[in-house]
Amino acid sequence: MKYDVMLCKIISKRQLTADVFDLTVEAGELAKAAHPGQFAHIYVPGKTLRRPISICEIDRSAQTLRFVFQIRGEGTAWLADTRPGDTLDILAPLGNGYSLGNTRQKAVFVGGGIGVPPLLEAAKAFGENATVLTGFRNSESIILKEDFEKNGSRVLIATDDGSYGHHGLVTDLLDDLDFDVIFACGPVPMLKAVCKAAAARRVPCQISLEERMACGIGACLGCACRLKKDGREFYGHVCKDGPVFDYETVVWEG
Amino acid sequence: MADLHVNIAGVEFQNPVIAASGTFGFGHEYGEFYPLSRLGGISCKGITPAPRPGNPPPRIAETPGGMLNAVGLQNPGVDYFIEHDLPWLRQQGTVIIANIAGNTPEDYCRMAEKLSDTDVDMIELNISCPNVKQGGVQFGTSSSGVEDITAAVRKHCRKPLMVKLSPNVSDIAEIAAAAESAGADAISMINTLTGMRIDIHTRRPVIRNNTGGLSGPALLPVAIRMVNQAYKRVKIPIVGMGGISKWQDAVEMLLAGACALQIGTAFFTDPYAPLKILDGLSEYLNENHIAGAAALTGKMISWE
Repeated sequence: MKYDVMLCKIISKRQLTADVFDLTVEAGELAKAAHPGQFAHIYVPGKTLRRPISICEIDRSAQTLRFVFQIRGEGTAWLADTRPGDTLDILAPLGNGYSLGNTRQKAVFVGGGIGVPPLLEAAKAFGENATVLTGFRNSESIILKEDFEKNGSRVLIATDDGSYGHHGLVTDLLDDLDFDVIFACGPVPMLKAVCKAAAARRVPCQISLEERMACGIGACLGCACRLKKDGREFYGHVCKDGPVFDYETVVWEG
Repeated sequence: MADLHVNIAGVEFQNPVIAASGTFGFGHEYGEFYPLSRLGGISCKGITPAPRPGNPPPRIAETPGGMLNAVGLQNPGVDYFIEHDLPWLRQQGTVIIANIAGNTPEDYCRMAEKLSDTDVDMIELNISCPNVKQGGVQFGTSSSGVEDITAAVRKHCRKPLMVKLSPNVSDIAEIAAAAESAGADAISMINTLTGMRIDIHTRRPVIRNNTGGLSGPALLPVAIRMVNQAYKRVKIPIVGMGGISKWQDAVEMLLAGACALQIGTAFFTDPYAPLKILDGLSEYLNENHIAGAAALTGKMISWE
């Protein structure tokens, strides 16, 4: 099985910040097939389109998937209103996740806001070899710090208002670090800065993108993103070619 | 057991549920869920003479009861389709319909000619795509336009020819009649209804193309009405589509006058939608002691 639809029971739910929630579901075969950086497409009753939510953690032995998501609209608000024991209709695992490569390398993970959750499962594999840089609006919006630290990773935090850690951009924190590879997920301006740093340091870098999405599996061609390969530019698709891309293949629009 | 077989323009479908063009690619992705032989047929992603890159993103916006799309006919071109997708599709045990779109009448004719030499079962003439600047819908919004393009393609098309109609017209029955008189073997309807959403913060249309095609459940009543209007006017078979997401919708569409159905946006909500629709349809036919799906076509009882 590559991916499938399954009714998954919610086994735990927590609120992490004012608008960020943490759900773990029993996902059987879907959990066994999942890789770090992949996503799930979750059905919302009454809505035509499913909601793509990144996978935060995978427990293959317990066969569970963990999602940490932010309320962005009606669909995610519905999801935030579910309770343990409720069932979610989940299509997963979808897309290409992070290629971890040699996990003894020094890896830096860069996440901004709700771009942080998809990094957790990948960072786990690197343990003490991972330095995790995360950026948030303020100290109240910090998430997953202890989760990364539990795996032995070092966590450095930046906030926009200086209420915690570095006062400024999360990408400022790259300056004083030495690393072999970058994994990133977050808003486009952050990703652009990460790509610039990767190019300057000549290290491989994988970034996770998002786009408005319909089918989630590469059939409808809705979630287009500009890519380049062998000097030729074309529209690829976030759901099937991504959501994780080698930064050198991404062409920033506008 | 009710008989789900339908025959459209001489093509035998094992059931009336067909995947709609543009929502199903060339079948590979949905083939991961179930054997494609479970479907009556597949109308493939619209193809053009040369590869098309498609429109810039965002291409998608959700709407009340549906969605807008402006993918812009991104496709690898007719030759690639024939060489790479068709051989695999042919082995899937279902009817294969090639959906063609062009900028000029010559484009359509050339593709019809090429595809007539392949083993596709049927050709669907896409003169109703609202999301490309040239071609597409420009041929589909006037009776004379539909008549001219259908007649031109007919001369080159040695396969059953189905013309896919746009709902963005004032008199759909007139358009259907034009396709019929110009030699179409069947019509499929409706394509998407042109729509727009605006981001209230940026004041920009949500879709980069400004407008997009509305599909999904919101479209169903418009599609039912138009299929019924066309059914009353033409003798050729109608493949009905537009907002079908459950078996009850499918029954409605057949009663309105359709011989078969295409399912599109429902795949995005539930990839298993066509199988659920078939199960429900089968049960409905059995419970009501109706011999087969074909016996429902046009059996709506109008109020006087």
